[in-house]
Amino acid sequence: MVARVQLPEGARRGEVIAVRIAIQHPMETGFRYDRMGKPVPKNVINSLKVRYNGDEIFSAEFGSGIAANPYLQFFTIAETSGELVFEWVDDNGIRGSERAAISVTD
Amino acid sequence: MSSPTRRRFLSVVAGLAAAPLWPVHTAHAQDDPFAALVRKITGGAAVNSGRVTVDTPRLADNGHSVPLKVSVASPMTPGDHVRSIMLLSGRNPRPVIATYHLGPRAGRAEVATRVRLNGSQRVLALAQLSDGSYWSGGAEVEVTESACLDAT
Repeated sequence: MVARVQLPEGARRGEVIAVRIAIQHPMETGFRYDRMGKPVPKNVINSLKVRYNGDEIFSAEFGSGIAANPYLQFFTIAETSGELVFEWVDDNGIRGSERAAISVTD
Repeated sequence: MSSPTRRRFLSVVAGLAAAPLWPVHTAHAQDDPFAALVRKITGGAAVNSGRVTVDTPRLADNGHSVPLKVSVASPMTPGDHVRSIMLLSGRNPRPVIATYHLGPRAGRAEVATRVRLNGSQRVLALAQLSDGSYWSGGAEVEVTESACLDAT
């Protein structure tokens, strides 16, 4: 699964920064039928966790009401330079992850 | 002949005529598609309206991907912050769209995403604060092409 994370290039300590992630995924609802008339089983990214230098700062659970190729923006306080790690899993148990570096100045 | 059966029949008919045709509260419950679901989530706790804002386009051409932003008025301090935000749909086959867990380290209680909507409806966001209280706010969205009528 391909994902793209967007963070500001640099931040001051204590600054509230926007974190954006978009993950390539069909987010199958389970309500669709294929060309042969067979139902396409539900398969969505059901959970996402975000850690900032090891501490969990954000998590989410998704249903089929989230659009395909899920996009998410949330905020976090820039504390120290380091890394944000995003980890997610879909209904088929396929895991994905992405990381992004953040540099924080005083 | 006035049989007991006939008398009982008449009394049942009279009883039906006196009773209202449906419980008085049903009409109100139908106005609010979220009532039962919200009660299940909160365990019956009171839900305050306010503090929660849902931003969506008033008119969405396409229900497959509707941009949506939820924000909650909160200082986001360790003592007073938003613990979670649930996004609920009034008309989707699965009413819970997503749940977000936040904390004081978020700095700002705001989440943006893109949702699928099965037709025009009201979308509700339900936030739980660190003191356990629930707040909600919503928005009406007109959807001209539903997400669930896709043939392909």
